[in-house]
Amino acid sequence: MSRIGVFVCHCGENISATVDVAKVAEEASKLPGVVHSVDYKYMCSDPGQTLVKEAIKEHNLTGVVVAACSPRMHEPTFRKACAQAGLNPYLSEMANVREHCSWVHEKSEQTTQKAFDVVRTMVSKASNNAALEPIKVPVTKRALVVGGGVAGIQAALDIANTGHKVILVERSPSIGGHMAQLSETFPTLDCSQCILTPRMVEVAQHPNITLYTHSEVESVDGFIGNFHVKIRKKARSLDEDLCTGCGLCTTKCPQKKIPSEFEQLLGTRPAIYTPFPQAVPNKPVIDRDNCTFYKTGKCKICEIVCPTKAIRFDQEDTILEVEIGAIVLATGFDVKHSDFFPEYGKGKYKDVIDGLQFERLASASGPTQGMIRRPSDGQIPKKIVFIACAGSRDPAKGIEYCSKICCMYTAKHAMLYKHKVHDGEAHVFYMDIRAGGKMYEEFVRRAIVEDHVNYTRGRVSTIYELDGKLIVKGADTLLGAQSVEIEADMVVLATAGVASEGSEDLAQKMHVSYDQHKFFAEAHPKLKPVETNTGGIFLAGACQTTRDIPDSVAMASGAAVKVAALFSSDLLTREPIVARVNRIPGPSHSTCVGCFLCQPVCPYQAIEREDIKDRAGNIIKSLARINEGLCQGCGTCVALCRSKSIDLLGYTDNQMHGEVLSVLEEAFV
Amino acid sequence: MEQFEPKLVAFVCNWCTYAGADLTGTSRIKYATNVRIIRFPCTGRIDFMLISKAFANGADGVIVSGCHPNDCHYTSGNFHARRRWMSFNAMLTFMGIDPDRIIFSWVSAAEGAKWADVVNQSVEQIRKLGPFTEYQKLVQSGIEEENFNG
Repeated sequence: MSRIGVFVCHCGENISATVDVAKVAEEASKLPGVVHSVDYKYMCSDPGQTLVKEAIKEHNLTGVVVAACSPRMHEPTFRKACAQAGLNPYLSEMANVREHCSWVHEKSEQTTQKAFDVVRTMVSKASNNAALEPIKVPVTKRALVVGGGVAGIQAALDIANTGHKVILVERSPSIGGHMAQLSETFPTLDCSQCILTPRMVEVAQHPNITLYTHSEVESVDGFIGNFHVKIRKKARSLDEDLCTGCGLCTTKCPQKKIPSEFEQLLGTRPAIYTPFPQAVPNKPVIDRDNCTFYKTGKCKICEIVCPTKAIRFDQEDTILEVEIGAIVLATGFDVKHSDFFPEYGKGKYKDVIDGLQFERLASASGPTQGMIRRPSDGQIPKKIVFIACAGSRDPAKGIEYCSKICCMYTAKHAMLYKHKVHDGEAHVFYMDIRAGGKMYEEFVRRAIVEDHVNYTRGRVSTIYELDGKLIVKGADTLLGAQSVEIEADMVVLATAGVASEGSEDLAQKMHVSYDQHKFFAEAHPKLKPVETNTGGIFLAGACQTTRDIPDSVAMASGAAVKVAALFSSDLLTREPIVARVNRIPGPSHSTCVGCFLCQPVCPYQAIEREDIKDRAGNIIKSLARINEGLCQGCGTCVALCRSKSIDLLGYTDNQMHGEVLSVLEEAFV
Repeated sequence: MEQFEPKLVAFVCNWCTYAGADLTGTSRIKYATNVRIIRFPCTGRIDFMLISKAFANGADGVIVSGCHPNDCHYTSGNFHARRRWMSFNAMLTFMGIDPDRIIFSWVSAAEGAKWADVVNQSVEQIRKLGPFTEYQKLVQSGIEEENFNG
């Protein structure tokens, strides 16, 4: 007979405000198998845990049920407490009476009844629990970083500096990401490339980092410490070992008018190109969609001029297979473009641009060499309107969130413009100015006070073109929603930051969760911001939500530490929640009939064939056997097994049937 | 007459719907008290024997909820659950269980509000169908006693 202790938590008033905790504890004490039942203000506190530990010793408990918050919150806490008191940690269970009860119902008898029902169900489960031992698996001490922006670069360097091997995969031809496109950074007005490019070079030269650009993750299998990753190395159409990066091919390419992605379509590039002069690796790539040879079968000028004969027109994509222990996702973000806004011309007006395009105009290496010139005619605009929150915080556009970085970069843009065009006028339309950060508020203040940027609180309803001017119509809500009209030469939209293209696809490959905006979901919003719900996969930078450079770098370093901690031991402890095929003495050996229907449903190829032989070596019977290193404990095989020969530890048939019976034991409403 | 309060058991997966229901709590969204949640690692683990058992023991309705298609923590468990549901569905009528008494849905870890909606709508749906007694009567008359005594 089991001896179970029930511990009902008040969680301050979070539970006790709607649930009669004393009654739950009292009723629980009458349940079969329960020998001890108490309630306490904070079970997770030190004294609370001591209460559990002492009760285990005093009452010689064989099971513990803590009625408190979600097991996703404090299960590890109480398992640890049990272990410290000498009780196998897997004999403890949590009854979720906070998230699933006290927080979602009003104070009533039904709520207390529900809390008791939940406790009773978990007592039933606990009485069917078995002591389990954690599984030890080896760790492959090599990390994969996906995305070569500033976050990916930082994560890769930090992990590499702890002495572990890193593979950095970037889908564009060069690392650098959005930061390489920026002109200056707020709030110091540091030149973005000047601080980033040394880091990029460091990545390329680091002995522990292998860099694959123009490559994408094809598939991911396995689990924490033991991922098997396929990387598609897209054909660059040249032999990277032979190419010296002299750039002769790019100057001789007859195709010169292809809109450059790096310049946000404001500049052009040839068909064989490096995205920007400081690209790492500084090796060009052939854009096969636009190359004359791939289109017509003639040209090959690059092959002719190449001094090292490195061009390979027949090169194909290659698939690399690597073993990986931990993964950092740093795939960043995209911005919405002006064509997203019907009220602002839907991309029809050339001089209505987005923030990233303005960065290129302001950049010394940009298409205008840093002169602010409007895209339509190359004239220097005398009046620019900046519109903050273009798309962001706008439920009608499906983007309810604040993109966080726009207030700061809009102030920076206006400031840069005023520094370059002294007699120009800069107007900013804003909803609120959100300048939380070190020296951020001071920076915005500087734009207003020292650089005379006109800030108008209100939104812009429409933009239309009239006699070569852009008429911007908005409201000034600080003057009682008075309408404002500005004749501008150029309009810059601080467009919303959105999840990077292909995020959803990648999340599904990685089995990480993502939110409704396709940003990757962290494991806990407060306390596990760099972890995902999938063990061994971490997040860095704007792939989790839009964030600025210092935040991205900090997060990347955080993710790197998590990886380093994972790599600090040779063996990894895993939850023993795995499936197991039963074994009984011969002549049957198992109730398994060897149909192997479980094999195709297993997502992890964890089910093996085991032959049972007699002394002469003849096969008596073939049975399924679960490889515990590969099994992740989903239990799909358990539900499928026709002879009920497989069971899932921690969620056995006995436990689950017991729960179903127990939950319906009383008329609960 | 007093309003009929149905008893529902929800079979949910640990990674999406259980976490989604946690989020409902964290967001303090209120919903009906008629549902009891049972946590599974994955909807793929849900043996439909468990659902029959719930009905045999007094449940008026059952909710099965897991990750959205393609979002399964274990790649494909929810697809197996869905496929099993297709064949189980056909058997329900044969067994004398109205298929409307089982609600199948996808609720992700980010959909706290959706979980509250699913619960409230299911409770309403089952309330309209009334108490489920036919199957229990069968069990009580001893026909399936041996199989359902657990």
